[in-house]
Amino acid sequence: MDKPVNQGAWLLVLPVLLIVAFSAIVPLMTVVNYSVQDTFGNNQFFWNGIGWYQELLDPSTDLGGRFFDALWRNLLFSFLILAIEVPLGIAVALSMPRQGWRVAATLVVLALPLLIPWNVVGTIWQIFAREDIGLLGWVVNHLGIPYNYTADPLSAWVTIVTMDVWHWTSLVALLCYAGLRSIPDAFYQAARIDGASRWAIFRNIQLPKMRRVLLIAVLLRFMDSFMIYTEPFVVTGGGPGNSTTFVSIDLVKLALGQFDLGKAAALSIVYNLIILAVCWVFYTVMTRMDSGRS
Amino acid sequence: MSLVLDKVSMHVGGHTHIEQVSLTLERGSLNVLLGPTLSGKTSLMRLMAGLDKPTAGRVLVDGRDVTGVHVRQRSVAMVYQQFINYPSLTVYENIASPLRVARRPKAEIDRKVREAARLLKLEPYLDRTPMHLSGGQQQRTAIARALVKDAQLVLLDEPLANLDYKLREELREELPKIFAASGAVFVYATTEPAEALLLRGNTATLWEGRLAQFGRTPDVYRRPANITSARVFSDPPLNTMRVHKRGAQVVLDTGDTEAARGVLAGLPDDTYTVGFRADHLYLRRPDAEAIAVTGTVAVSEITGSESFVHVDVPRADGGSDRWVAVSRGVLDVEPGERIEVFIDPRRVFAFGHDGALAAAPPLAVAA
Amino acid sequence: MARIDLQNLAHSYVPKPSGPGDYALKPLDHVWRQGGAYALLGPSGCGKTTLLNIISGLLVPSEGRVLFDGRDVTALPTEARNIAQVFQFPVVYDTMTVYENLAFPLRNRGLRGPAVDARVREIAELLDLTPDLKHRGSGLTADAKQKISLGRGLVRPDVAAILFDEPLTVIDPHLKWELRSKLKALHRALDLTMIYVTHDQTEAMTFADTVVVMHDGAVVQMGRPQELFERPAHVFVGHFIGSPGMNVLPATVYGRSAHVGGHEIRLARGYPPIDAGRVEIGVRPEFATLAPAGSGVPVRVRRIDDLGRVRLAKVELAGIPMAATVPEAMPLVGDEASLTFEREMVHVYADGHLVEGEAA
Repeated sequence: MDKPVNQGAWLLVLPVLLIVAFSAIVPLMTVVNYSVQDTFGNNQFFWNGIGWYQELLDPSTDLGGRFFDALWRNLLFSFLILAIEVPLGIAVALSMPRQGWRVAATLVVLALPLLIPWNVVGTIWQIFAREDIGLLGWVVNHLGIPYNYTADPLSAWVTIVTMDVWHWTSLVALLCYAGLRSIPDAFYQAARIDGASRWAIFRNIQLPKMRRVLLIAVLLRFMDSFMIYTEPFVVTGGGPGNSTTFVSIDLVKLALGQFDLGKAAALSIVYNLIILAVCWVFYTVMTRMDSGRS
Repeated sequence: MSLVLDKVSMHVGGHTHIEQVSLTLERGSLNVLLGPTLSGKTSLMRLMAGLDKPTAGRVLVDGRDVTGVHVRQRSVAMVYQQFINYPSLTVYENIASPLRVARRPKAEIDRKVREAARLLKLEPYLDRTPMHLSGGQQQRTAIARALVKDAQLVLLDEPLANLDYKLREELREELPKIFAASGAVFVYATTEPAEALLLRGNTATLWEGRLAQFGRTPDVYRRPANITSARVFSDPPLNTMRVHKRGAQVVLDTGDTEAARGVLAGLPDDTYTVGFRADHLYLRRPDAEAIAVTGTVAVSEITGSESFVHVDVPRADGGSDRWVAVSRGVLDVEPGERIEVFIDPRRVFAFGHDGALAAAPPLAVAA
Repeated sequence: MARIDLQNLAHSYVPKPSGPGDYALKPLDHVWRQGGAYALLGPSGCGKTTLLNIISGLLVPSEGRVLFDGRDVTALPTEARNIAQVFQFPVVYDTMTVYENLAFPLRNRGLRGPAVDARVREIAELLDLTPDLKHRGSGLTADAKQKISLGRGLVRPDVAAILFDEPLTVIDPHLKWELRSKLKALHRALDLTMIYVTHDQTEAMTFADTVVVMHDGAVVQMGRPQELFERPAHVFVGHFIGSPGMNVLPATVYGRSAHVGGHEIRLARGYPPIDAGRVEIGVRPEFATLAPAGSGVPVRVRRIDDLGRVRLAKVELAGIPMAATVPEAMPLVGDEASLTFEREMVHVYADGHLVEGEAA
C-alpha cells in the first residue's frame, strides 16, 4: 500500500541537504568551473568553453583515446566481477545454515573481508600474489603456470578480479541471505509437497524473493567497481603498461601527475554523469518492478 | 473530548483510501468501525490519530481544528492487531512506559500500573517479559499500556484478530466494561459483525473508503440505512432478491407473483432489492403470511446449536441467488435436495435503486 | 485415497521424556477412515499442529507409527506421502500465472501435454478460478490465493489426503462462508480424506463430520459435531465448543436430582453416589431458558446481550454466574427471573469427566 507523504519530514532532512550542498554541490561547481578553462599555472585561467569535452569525447585525440580505453577497461572489469560475484554470492547464501550457532559464525566469517580497508586489501594481495615471496604467486609459478602481475597484463587482471571477488562477494551473499530469510517456511513445505526439484524451488521461490536485494547488490557492486581506484593503484599502479589503468586512475594521473586541471575536471564530470545515468536506470527498473508487484 | 471528522478524504497516488467521511464521536463513547479488509478502517484511524493528514476535510477535537497537528501533540493511544510490547521489559515496565516518558511521580506510576493490571487480569504476570506470556496476555499488556496513558483517544485496530477464538470471546466480554470505566473516546476496528454487536456502543459501517452508516449499534443492525450497511453488518452474508411491485402484487425474481404484504405493502410501484438475514429465512413455515420459495440445497453446515443451510434459488432470468438460512438445532438436509424456504414479509428490508432503505419493519418487530 | 492409522503415536520435543508433561502429543491410537472430514480443534499449544505435522511428514514422531492404507509412512518425507497441504498464509508462486501455479505439481512429476491442460482446467473450473487462469498469482485476493494453494493439491490425481492448517485465518468473514461451503462441496464431490486444524469451533463444527478436540497434547473427545455439542465428554469440551461455552456449576448430585446452592435441578438419569473431588453439572446456555420469576429455579439477571440472532442473559444462580437464552418475546421486568432446563441436556461431571447416568 502507498504510504502518504508527511510534509513535515522535509524540515527534518533540511540540515542534511545543507551539509550536502556545502560538501558536494560547491566543490562540484568548482570542478565545473575548471572544466571550461585552461591554466598554465600561476593561477592564471583562460576560457576554453566546451573544448575539453570535445577532445574527451573524440576517440581520435590523445585525451579521448586514453579516456575510452580506460572506460572499456572499467566496463569489462565491472562486467567480470558482476558475472562472478552475483552467482557466487547467491550460491554462498543458499548454502548458508538457516539456524543454530553456525549462522552467527558464518556471518562473522563472511563479514571479515568487508571490514578491511581498501588499501590494506590492496597491500595484502600485492604481497600475497608476488611471484618471489607471495604464497599465491610462488605456488602458482611452481605449479608451472607462468604468473607475474607486474609483467603480464593477464596476470594483473586475474589478480585484481580475484581480489575484488575475495573482498566483495560477502556483501552479495549477505544481502541475498537477508532476502532468503524473509521467505516463510510454508513456501518450502508447499514446494516439497508440490514435488518441486531443488532448481524449481530456486527458480520459483528463492530467486523471485531475492530479486529486490539482488538489484540492490548489483547496483552497489556496479557503482563500486566502476569507481574502483585504491586496490589496482596499490597492486599494479595501473600497469603493466596501461593494462589496468581505469578511469579513476587515469583521472588522478591527469590531475595530480600532469596538472591538467581542465582536462581532469571535464573527465570527472563525464565520469560522474555516466555513473548517475546508470544509477537512474537501476532506480527506474527497481521502482517499476515494485509497482508491477502491488 | 469529542472528535469530529468533517468530510475528510484521503487519496494516495490516485487511490482513494477515504472518501468524504463525516463522523462525530462523543466523549466516553465506544465506536466500532466495521468493514471488510481495505474498507478504510485503518486509514480512518490513522487520520484520527494524526499519523496522516487528510487530503481534504477537517479533523476537530473539542471544536478545535487539529487537521495538521502531529500525532505527538495529540493525546492518542493505539493498540494493533500484532501484539506490540517492548520485548526486554517486564509487563510492569511495559505498562509503565508511557508514564515514565511523561515523567510522572513514582507513586502515581505504581498506582496506575497496578490498577490497569487488575482491570486486565495481569497481576500474576507483572514480573514476566512478553516472551513468557500467551498471545492473550500479550495483547492485554498492550491494552493496559494504552489505557494507563489516559489518552483522550484510544484506537484499537482489530486487537483480537490474532487471538484464539475462546480468548477473543473472553476479551470481548471484558472490553466494554473496561472502556466504560474510562472517559476517553474509543475507536475499535473489526471485520466481524458479531464483535460489533457484543461491544455495543456505536457502529460505523464502512465500504470502499466510504461511510455507509453511523449510529447506535443495535439501530444500525436493525435498521440499515442502505444495502451496503446491511451487507457489511450481516454474517452470514445478507440474502437478497429483486422484486417488482405492481399495485397490490409483487413479482419476485423467481417469476412467482405474491400479494404485497408486510413491509412491501406500503411501497410505491417500482423495482426493489429485498434483503433479509439468515435468521429470517425459515426452513419451516413460520405462519400463513410467509412467502414460500423453492430452491436446491448447496451445502448444509452444523455447529451443534445451529444449522446453516445454503440454498440456491433459481431466478426467472436463468441465473440463481445463493441464500443462507440458519435454524436452531440440528437439521438434516442433503445437498442437491429441493426444499422450500420461507421469507417473512414483515421482517425484510426493501432497498430502492440507489441502495437506500425504502421500507423496514418497525424496530420492535425486527428483533 | 487413504485410510490413516495412527498407532501408539506420541511426540516429545525433548530426547528422553520423563513424564506426561514432556509430551507435546500424548500417546494416541486412532483409525481415520478414507473419505472422512476431520477437524483437529483446540487452543494454541494443544498439540494439534504437532499432530498435523506428523501426518504431513514434516515431523517424525518420537514414538508410534503412521500408516496410510496400511503402508507405514512414519519415516517417509512429505513429498513421498501423496498428501497436499493448505497453510495459514496462502502460498502462491508470484512469478507464475494461476494456470502455471496449478500445473506446477504435475510438471514437477514429469507430466506434459494435453493431460496437464485438461486436469488444470478441470480443477480451475471446480474452484471457480477459470477467469483468473491467465493472471499472475501475486495480484489476487487472499481467498483466491487460498483457492490456488488448494488447487495445487487437488490437481494431483494421486493425492490421498488434504491437510488444512487454519486456512481461513486471513479471509474476511463474508468470504469465509463462501470458501467454507466450497470446501464442503469439494469434500462431497471428491471423496478425499480431509484434515482441518483450527482453533475456531465454528469452522471445525461446520467443516468436519468428525471433530477431534485436543487439550494439553491429548485428545479429550472425538465425535460428530452434534455429539460434542450435546454430550461433551469433558468440561473442557463443553467450554471450548459453543459460544459462550457450557455453564459448569458445582453441585451435589444424588439419584435423579442435583442441588446447586440449595436449589434443586431435576436430571433425566439417575446417578449413584459419586466418589470424586469435584462434582459439577454442566448445561449449555442454549438449554437453559430464562422465564418469568416463579416458574423455575430462581436467578438474578445481570445483563442481557443482544447478539442479533439471539439474546443472551448473564444471570446468577445462587451467586454463581452463568449464561442463559432469552426467549424471543419475553418481556423483562426487574432482575428477578427464573430458569428452566432441558432435562436431557443437563450433564453430571466428576473431576471434569462426564458421568454416565442410568436411564430410567
